[in-house]
Amino acid sequence: MKNPKNKEQNAEVREPLIHITKRDMSTVKRSITVRAIAILAALVLAGIATMLLTKNNPIKVYASFFEGAFGSSTQVWSTMKNLALLLGISLAITPAYRMRFWNTGAEGQVLIGCLATAFMMWKFNTSIESGSMPEWLLILLMLVVAVVSGIIWGVIPAIFKAQWGTNETLFTLMMNYVAIQLIEYFLKVADRSGSNTVGPTILRHGWLPEFGISRYLIGIIVVALLTVFMYIYLRYSKHGYEIAVVGESENTARYIGISVKKVIIRTMALSGALCGLMGFLIVAGNTHSIDPDLVAGRGFTAIMVSWLAKFNPLYMLLTSFLLVFLSQGATEVSTSFGLNDDYSEIVTGIILFFIIGCEFFLNYEVHINRSRLAAIFGRKPAADEAEKEAE
Amino acid sequence: MKKFLALFLVAVMTLGCMTMFASCGDNTDGKGMTESPLPAPEIKGTVEIPAEFKIGFIFLHDENSTYDANFINAANAVKKALNLSDDQVIMKKNIAESDDCYNAAIELADKGCKVVFADSFGHESFMLQAAQARPDTEFCHATGTLAHTAGVPNYHNAFANIYEGRYLAGIVAGLKLNEMIENGTITADKAVMGYVGAFTYAEVISGLTSTYLGAKSVCPSVTMKVQFTGSWYAEDLEQEAATALINAGAVLMSQHADSMGAPSACEIAGVPDVSYNGSTFDACPETFLVSSAINWAPYFQLIIESAVKGEAIPADWCGGIKEGSVVLSGINEDAAAEGSLKAVEDAIAEFKAGTLHVFDTSKDNFITVNGQKLTTYMADVNTDANYEKDTEAIKNGYFAESEYRSAPYFDLTIDGIEFLNSKF
Repeated sequence: MKNPKNKEQNAEVREPLIHITKRDMSTVKRSITVRAIAILAALVLAGIATMLLTKNNPIKVYASFFEGAFGSSTQVWSTMKNLALLLGISLAITPAYRMRFWNTGAEGQVLIGCLATAFMMWKFNTSIESGSMPEWLLILLMLVVAVVSGIIWGVIPAIFKAQWGTNETLFTLMMNYVAIQLIEYFLKVADRSGSNTVGPTILRHGWLPEFGISRYLIGIIVVALLTVFMYIYLRYSKHGYEIAVVGESENTARYIGISVKKVIIRTMALSGALCGLMGFLIVAGNTHSIDPDLVAGRGFTAIMVSWLAKFNPLYMLLTSFLLVFLSQGATEVSTSFGLNDDYSEIVTGIILFFIIGCEFFLNYEVHINRSRLAAIFGRKPAADEAEKEAE
Repeated sequence: MKKFLALFLVAVMTLGCMTMFASCGDNTDGKGMTESPLPAPEIKGTVEIPAEFKIGFIFLHDENSTYDANFINAANAVKKALNLSDDQVIMKKNIAESDDCYNAAIELADKGCKVVFADSFGHESFMLQAAQARPDTEFCHATGTLAHTAGVPNYHNAFANIYEGRYLAGIVAGLKLNEMIENGTITADKAVMGYVGAFTYAEVISGLTSTYLGAKSVCPSVTMKVQFTGSWYAEDLEQEAATALINAGAVLMSQHADSMGAPSACEIAGVPDVSYNGSTFDACPETFLVSSAINWAPYFQLIIESAVKGEAIPADWCGGIKEGSVVLSGINEDAAAEGSLKAVEDAIAEFKAGTLHVFDTSKDNFITVNGQKLTTYMADVNTDANYEKDTEAIKNGYFAESEYRSAPYFDLTIDGIEFLNSKF
C-alpha cells in the first residue's frame, strides 16, 4: 500500500475484512433477543459438554438444575436468601462504581459488619440471659455497630483517595485482609475449642425474628426495599446526579461546582454502611455464626452483577438471580450425578462467557466487507474489478 | 513482564521436578512395604438394607482434601459392600460451616434420608439445630463434642481411638531411634523427634503425646520438639516447619497436618518420617516408616444398620482397634528398624487384650509433668461457656482418653515434649 495513487484507492484497499462500529443504542427488543440467544446458546453448549464428559442425558441434567433452585421449600428459601445476599451487596457497591470508584473491598466491608454483629452477640450473651438487657436493644446495638464499622471500612480508603489521590483498588483490596485477620482473631478469643467457625451455640441471642415463616424473611424484605431505594437514589436524587457527574468527569464536576472530595467520601460512606447492613443481616438473620469465609466471594461477584446491569438496580435483580440460579443448580447437578464442584464451575463459566460476550454485540455492530470476503474465497477477478472501478 | 514471570515459573517448576526425582528416585532394589499389621477389616453386612433406605453425607470439601477424602473413601467402601445404589447414598460436598450446613441437612432429611452425617468440627452446631428440627431423622457428626450433654436423642457424635494408632506408629519411630543410637549415628541424648502440628488443640496434643509415648516405650531417652503451623492444610508452612525442626536437631519426624509438606521435606533431608492419614511411601520411599489413620467405615456401617434395624445409635461413639476404626499402613522395611513389625504386632495384641494403656500414669519415668507423676487431672469434657474443667480423667492408673467423650481431651504438656511455638 505504499505510494497510493489517490485517496480513494487508499480507502478501498485499507478497508478490512471485518470492521466494528459502536452502536448508538440497542432497542429493548434487540437487547432481549440477543441476551436470550446467548443464554440459549450457553445452555446448549453446557449440555453438550455435560453429555460428552459424563455421558448423562442433558435433559435430565437441566431438570436437575431446576430441582436445585426450586426443588423443595428449603431450596426455594435458600435460592431467595442467596439472591438477597448477592443483590444486596451489589446494590451496596453500585453508587461507588457509578462514581468510577473501584471498590474491591466490599468483601471486607461486609465481613467487618459480620464481625461487629457477632462481637456484640458474644459480648452481651450473658446480659440477655440474666435479663439485664432486652433482646430488641441488643439487635439495635448490633445493627448500629455493624453499620458504623462498615462506614469506617469504606471511608478510610475514600479519604485517602479524596485527599491524596491514592489508588483505591489496592487500598480497598487490602482492607479485606485486615477484616479477615480480625475475624480469625475473634474465632480464637470467642471459641477456645479450636473451631474454624463460631456458631449458634455461642452466639445464642440477637437473632432476627422468623415470624414462623423463615429466618431469611427479614433479609429478603430489607433487600427488596433497598432495591427500590437505590433505584430512586441514583435516578432521581441530587446525590445520584452528582455521583454520575463525578463518574463521567471529575473536571466537569469541579467546573459546575460539585465538591468531588465530598461526593467521594459521602458515597463510600453510603456504600460501606450498606455493606455493614448486609453483614448484620447475614449474621443476625441467616447464619447466627461467623467465619472468615462467610461472604464467600460475593463482594467480588457483586462487581460483575453491578457492571453487567449497567448500575440499574432492576437489571441487577435479573443478573444476580441468574448467577444464584446457576450456582444452586450446578451444585445440585454435581450432587445427583456424583460429580464434584469443578463441574458446576465449568458450567457457570460457560454461561457467564456467553452472557458477558453478548454485551459486545449489543454495544457494537460488526460489518463484514463482502467483496473482501469474496476475494478470500478465490474469486480474484471480482476483486480486481472492484479495484479497477475504484481507479 | 508476563513473559518473564512465565519463564521464571517454568524454571522453578523444572527445578522442583528435578529435585523430586533426584530425592525420590525409584526403589526397585529395596524390600518395600510389609503387609499392614492392622488393616481395615472386611465389611460384612448383618442385615438386609431395604431399597427405600437412604443415607446423606455432608462434606466440608471434596476428594482434593485428604481429610474429606478419608471420609468419602470410607463411605464409598460401605456403599459397595452393602450393595447400596447411587440413589441410596447422597453426598453433598463443599458445604460450608454455616447455615448452608443446616439447609443441606434439612434437605437431605426431606429427601428421605434416614441418617445424615457431617464430617467437619464446625458443622456441629448446625447439625444439632437440624436434629431438633427433624426429630425423625438420625443426625451423626464426626469429631464433635456436644451430643453426650445435649440431650437430643437423634443427634450423635463419633470419633476413634486414633491415639492407639499413633502409639503403635510411635513404637516404629522409637525402634528406629534405637537403631540410630546403636549404629553410633546419634548418642542417646540426641534422640530428638520433630513433630509438625496444626493447632494447639486437644486433638493434636493427644496425638503428638501418644506418638511420643509409643517411641518412649521402647527408647527411654527420646525427646520431642513441636512446631505448630496454625493451619490444617498449608504445604509451604508444613515444609518450613519440618525443615526448622530438622535444623533444630530432629532426627526423626511425625506430623498432624494434612499436606505432603512435612513428608517431602523429610525425603529431601533423608530424615525418617511417621506420616498420618495414609501412606506416603510412593512419594517418599527412602524415609517413610509407617502411617496410622482413622477408618470411618465401621461407624458408617453401624449407623446405617442401626437405622435399618430401628436400634438406637450411641450418642457418643468411639471406635478402637477392636472395631476396626484404627488402621495402620504397612511398615517400610527399607527405612524402619529390624523387628518393628513384630513389636507392633505384640502391642496390638496387648491393646486387644486390654492390658496396655497409652496414657499409663502409673509407670515410672513415663508420664511426668514438672518431674512429678500424674495422679489427678481435671479435663474439660463437657462443653460450656467458661471452658470449665469438669471431669477427673485419671482412673486405675491411666488417663482415660476418649472414654467420657469420643473427641480427645488430653491437653497436657508432659516432660520431654517442648513446643517451639504455641501461638496457635
